[in-house]
Amino acid sequence: MAKKKNTSEFPKWNYAPAPESTSHIQLKDRYDLYIGGKWVKPLSKKYFKTINPANEKTLAQVAYANEKDVDKAVKAARKAYDEVWSKMEPSERAKYMYRIARLMQERAREFAVIESLDAGKVIRESRDVDVPLACNHFFYYAGWADKLEYAFPNRKVSPIGVAGQIIPWNFPLLMAAWKIAPALAAGNTVVLKPAETTPLTALKLAEVIHDAGLPDGVVNIVTGYGDTGAAIVNHPDVDKIAFTGSTNVGKIIQKAIAGTGKKATLELGGKSANIIMDDAPLDEAVEGIVNGIFFNQGHVCCAGSRLFVQEGVADKVIEKLKHRMDSLIVGDPLDKNTDIGAINSREQLGMIHKYIEIGRKEGATMYQSNCELPSSGYYCAPTLFTNVAQSSIIVQEEIFGPVLTIQTFRTTDEVIQKANNTPYGLAAGVWTDKGSRIFNVTTKLRAGVVWANTYNQFDPASPFGGYKESGFGREGGLHGLSAYVKQNEYGTVRSVENV
Amino acid sequence: MTKRNNPITLPDFSKSTRVDKVGVEERVSRFQKRSIKGEAKLQGLKMALNMIDLTTLEGKDSPGKVRQMCFKAQHLHDVHPGLPTVAAVCVYPSMVGIAKKEVAGSGVKVASVSAAFPAGQAPIDVKIRDTRFAVDEGADEIDMVISRGKYLAGEYNFVFDEIATIKEASGNARLKVILETGELVTLDDVRRASDIAMYAGADFIKTSTGKIQPAATMQVTYTMLQAIRDFRLETGIKVGMKPAGGISSAKLALHNLVMVKEVLGNEWLTNDGFRFGASSLANDLLMQIMKVETGIYQSSDYFAID
Repeated sequence: MAKKKNTSEFPKWNYAPAPESTSHIQLKDRYDLYIGGKWVKPLSKKYFKTINPANEKTLAQVAYANEKDVDKAVKAARKAYDEVWSKMEPSERAKYMYRIARLMQERAREFAVIESLDAGKVIRESRDVDVPLACNHFFYYAGWADKLEYAFPNRKVSPIGVAGQIIPWNFPLLMAAWKIAPALAAGNTVVLKPAETTPLTALKLAEVIHDAGLPDGVVNIVTGYGDTGAAIVNHPDVDKIAFTGSTNVGKIIQKAIAGTGKKATLELGGKSANIIMDDAPLDEAVEGIVNGIFFNQGHVCCAGSRLFVQEGVADKVIEKLKHRMDSLIVGDPLDKNTDIGAINSREQLGMIHKYIEIGRKEGATMYQSNCELPSSGYYCAPTLFTNVAQSSIIVQEEIFGPVLTIQTFRTTDEVIQKANNTPYGLAAGVWTDKGSRIFNVTTKLRAGVVWANTYNQFDPASPFGGYKESGFGREGGLHGLSAYVKQNEYGTVRSVENV
Repeated sequence: MTKRNNPITLPDFSKSTRVDKVGVEERVSRFQKRSIKGEAKLQGLKMALNMIDLTTLEGKDSPGKVRQMCFKAQHLHDVHPGLPTVAAVCVYPSMVGIAKKEVAGSGVKVASVSAAFPAGQAPIDVKIRDTRFAVDEGADEIDMVISRGKYLAGEYNFVFDEIATIKEASGNARLKVILETGELVTLDDVRRASDIAMYAGADFIKTSTGKIQPAATMQVTYTMLQAIRDFRLETGIKVGMKPAGGISSAKLALHNLVMVKEVLGNEWLTNDGFRFGASSLANDLLMQIMKVETGIYQSSDYFAID
């Protein structure tokens, strides 16, 4: 019989490009403000552009709302609150919310692609995390709308009024859902401002809200920069401020509303500890480290940016981590195989570079993955620093990028002390095979969310929020709902109307 | 990956790295979401073909059946030029002589199962004799089973010594150690048994005999690949991986290649580093290759069954 040679010469196997199609998305060249159920031109007459951080191309022009525009939006929200939304049967409110959730699901692909274009986040995450979670928040809170008496037993529950909501650029659609859904469920109306670098999915959400037939003025979307946000915060007819963003801006808001009677929830920065004990499932812990700090390019307020590894396994974990980092694919956010996408803006990239420089000057040892970065757009290789101290600036300050610091520890008490030794307290992670250790450590960590043997898991039913400079108030779950209701005891003199 | 530990010091196997099943499932689902298209897909399919250990391990195996399989190993689908051969044929020791003659000069290796395959329930001298017979008949590779009974009883030293003994009996033949992960059950044990096998001298570690379900799940293969990666980091030695049993679709084969690439790197993506123990996989790969090349799905009747 004829013989054939065993040929085993193949070139290096690389994935072919697999870009998600953009042909199905509809983007206008220019977006106006969504106020009172209509798209209206800004009184400021000004527009600004929003770009794709992966290639710096302009995606659309977006209205720049000034004080007068914000005033118009607040008036529309007040009118809708007084005349329609606060008086509507709660079960009817729920129907609108379910409708919004379903329409979002139907357009999930379009939302995901636009989110990736505008924010630089990888399509795998916007498709599998951001958009489904955003839909789920509407579904979840729609369920509560007609059950508020059960959510808060023995309380007379009523809405607060007009909520001014200001959201960040790291999870644009998801944050909009986190803010809008509980507000609507409880009977409030909303003026929401998305971040200036990522306004598009909030504007698409306005289209969905419009298509769902939500009464005019219940949700108003105003786009702009920090001064637009300030106009919302300072508007006298706004009853509640919900803000997610930097601790600095949170402090400014806190000062601005002091004495005004406005309620507030602030979800601010973090420098969360991710703790690896020596008995942990190390390979899964390494995945958890990667997911903790490189998820969404590290633009995550609860990112596990301070890694603590127990001495005996530190070398092993760091070696494994470097090896894993080298396999991460950095590049086009729209490619289905990309693990790490583009940094959200030039400004943020500059900030990250500044901190990397500080780290080097502090004498820390840097490792960056050996990936190739695209020649245009804003990109940063996954980075880690060893030989850092509790007093290093890169250990203390929030970098909000794919930069990890690694410290080692010997005893459990030591790591708890170090983990809590920060002005922040948003999240933490603990990795160990031992159940009793999990309970011991997690109960002593002063952080709003503590994950055990996982990291960066989110669910609409689970509250999220911080200790100390990471803010106050909770979003998600019943706690998130309570921020949007007034609760009065039955039989008290103070009636709801007088409050 | 760097060589660190020479000479090799034996670790305490009772302290093998723990494995978290939930985390493993999460990671595996990421591999399954990789999009493999166009040229990458075609190359992947061909590489997978070239990594197959074409296998027949039945009581009713006949010289005729083995000869046919050996022919197919070298002529997968000759109507389409440019296809590789498979890596090896895998048979019982009694068929090694026949297979060796059929594939001589082709580069296709002959692998023989050994050590009282599939259950491993025989004394060590029988297992040595079993192995020597296969080697003497011309086996290039020995696929031994471990004593799962001893392993599950916690007798790790026994398992280690047995593997080391068979390694010696295998001489120059490449030793693949079958863990039969379906009987070890937990991923912690898959990981520990992998460590034991590699430190005892395995050239390859292999999931299953094909006689027990579940066999080569991606979770199990992933756990073993992690062990291989760590062994390389620790000792500088490259050990190969062979999932066997249950991989019958081209899609699953590509997912496995993705997993090898991302856990171990391209260095393992040849049949020196990775094998599929399978009998029906080859035809699905061929069918997909023809689909990619011609745009048309052909019926299974156009591909020879053995």
